[in-house]
Amino acid sequence: MLHDLSLDVRAGELLGLLGPSGSGKTTLLRIIAGLDRPDSGRIIFGGDDATRMPVQERAVGFVFQHYALFKHMTVADNIAYGLNARKRSERPAKAEIKKRVSDLLDLIKLSNFGDRYPSQLSGGQRQRIALARALAVEPRVLLLDEPFGALDAQVRKDLRRWLREIHDRTGQTTIFVTHDQDEALELSDRVAVLDRGRLEQIGTPDEVQEQPASPTVLKFLGDTIEVEAIAQGGRVLVNGRETPVTAPTNAVGPVKLYVRPWQLQFANEEHAHLNGFVRSSYRAQGRQRIEIDRPGGGLLVVEASDNARLAAGLPVGLRINSGYVFAD
Amino acid sequence: MSEAITPSDFPVADAGLRPPASVVTEKGWVRALLIAVAIIFLALFLVLPLVTVFVQAFAKGLQAYLAAFAEPDAHAAIRLTLVTAAIAVPFNLVFGVAAAWAIAKFQFWGRDLLVTLIDLPFSVSPVVSGLIYVLVFGSQGILGPWLLAHDVQIIFAVPGIVLATIFVTFPFVARQLIPLMQEQGTAEEEAALTLGASGWHAFRTVTLPNIRWGLLYAVLLCNARAMGEFGAVSVVSGHIRGLTNTLPLHVEILYNEYNFVAAFAVASLLAGLALVTLVIKSVLEWRYAGDLAASARH
Repeated sequence: MLHDLSLDVRAGELLGLLGPSGSGKTTLLRIIAGLDRPDSGRIIFGGDDATRMPVQERAVGFVFQHYALFKHMTVADNIAYGLNARKRSERPAKAEIKKRVSDLLDLIKLSNFGDRYPSQLSGGQRQRIALARALAVEPRVLLLDEPFGALDAQVRKDLRRWLREIHDRTGQTTIFVTHDQDEALELSDRVAVLDRGRLEQIGTPDEVQEQPASPTVLKFLGDTIEVEAIAQGGRVLVNGRETPVTAPTNAVGPVKLYVRPWQLQFANEEHAHLNGFVRSSYRAQGRQRIEIDRPGGGLLVVEASDNARLAAGLPVGLRINSGYVFAD
Repeated sequence: MSEAITPSDFPVADAGLRPPASVVTEKGWVRALLIAVAIIFLALFLVLPLVTVFVQAFAKGLQAYLAAFAEPDAHAAIRLTLVTAAIAVPFNLVFGVAAAWAIAKFQFWGRDLLVTLIDLPFSVSPVVSGLIYVLVFGSQGILGPWLLAHDVQIIFAVPGIVLATIFVTFPFVARQLIPLMQEQGTAEEEAALTLGASGWHAFRTVTLPNIRWGLLYAVLLCNARAMGEFGAVSVVSGHIRGLTNTLPLHVEILYNEYNFVAAFAVASLLAGLALVTLVIKSVLEWRYAGDLAASARH
């Protein structure tokens, strides 16, 4: 389910479509590929209107989450499929196809795997073959649907870096879909954040992180704490104390202030915006995560350096160093 | 326990049984009893009759056995059976693949109804199947007068036999392929299309190879049924010797004439066909279990 949206993909860029499941990102990708039809709207490649163009003529490379390799063909035949499927007049010579396949096998670092069958390969290797198969037809745009979704964490990280390298080397215009924020932020030149069929924001990873366009984007990109605040005269007050915000706001009256865990700091009574009692704390990735019960109800999770050990039940004060306010 | 009872110990008991896990394996004597019961039943109801066919066929020696195939009526019956199968099987192959493709890969209105209709020949008595054709194409039937006026004979002739056989063997290919294709999904076809393949090219190079063993399996069963069908064919055939008798009908006529040796000799041909089918079927199941898996589970 997609609502009106307009997305301009620049030649040569690596664009990440990021969104929770059901946000319409895969649908959008399939519409670009021509695998699904939009009810309305247009798809334009370069200067050509591709809206009514059948999938075969769009010259897209599509990589599926579950690889969709041809099980009964060798790796080399899989990669050569698109070239062999061409009309005789447009098909490259046998030797040329062979050369192209072996170049691509070198590119994906699986040079000696041409004679194997997909079932003999690991998930990560299969996905590299799927990518080589898509690149073989020299697509105008490469579309990747959750390309690392079916792989385990370590392979995922390696493949990410590898995909970035391939992109830097080939300059292939690429759109990939993911629900993994880290993946999108690490890989993309620009990130498009989708939610419930709407395009919430498009920008570089820095832009979407530093200037999120909406609470949805902010929340989707990481842990967020919501705090009741009052805005007046461009200032934002929490419990009567002024709080720094990332951008000035012209809102007046009660607003929601959104704060990242690392934008909070322990402080004594006269500097604190918030207070509460330590419920528990645990260590994660060299940081201490502390859960704090607020007096009015509600739970805050804050991060502190590893040597801060706080006993349960201890009263604490928190200072907000920065936060986000959005105009409705 | 390593000697758990597996379905392959029972050629007939193949209805999706799985070997029991060791925790549910019964005591030794219970297993022995169960195996004994199964073997006795198999021997009594399957092996004994099968052996009887061959014993009776050779009761008066090889000469008498071969004589049963020497007469022209037997030749005609064999020829008609082969012709019928040669038309019915390819027809159902094409129809079955087309129907399975449509049902497994697309969503459309009336899809469930189509699945139900495909199953109809399995749930209807073959005699009724035959009668349907008599009622439609017979001289008293709906199209009867028109056919008569144009001098087209369907009932009591070869076209009727072929039609009845097609009807009875309708579900084999489609039923085998639908679950297989549904399990395989459409991702590989979509991949082929994005790579520039036409629909037909994708079907030939991706879909067909993926279903080949399931298809062969289905054709085998379809063929066995097409050659062995009695009920429906009996109704539309008219039992004209040398003209509209298939092998099963020929067996019946010989038997009714107390010509037991000839009847069993011809029957042994059908039994032989069944045995060959069974062997190939077992080989397919053993060798390509994975490719047939989807259908074995339903």
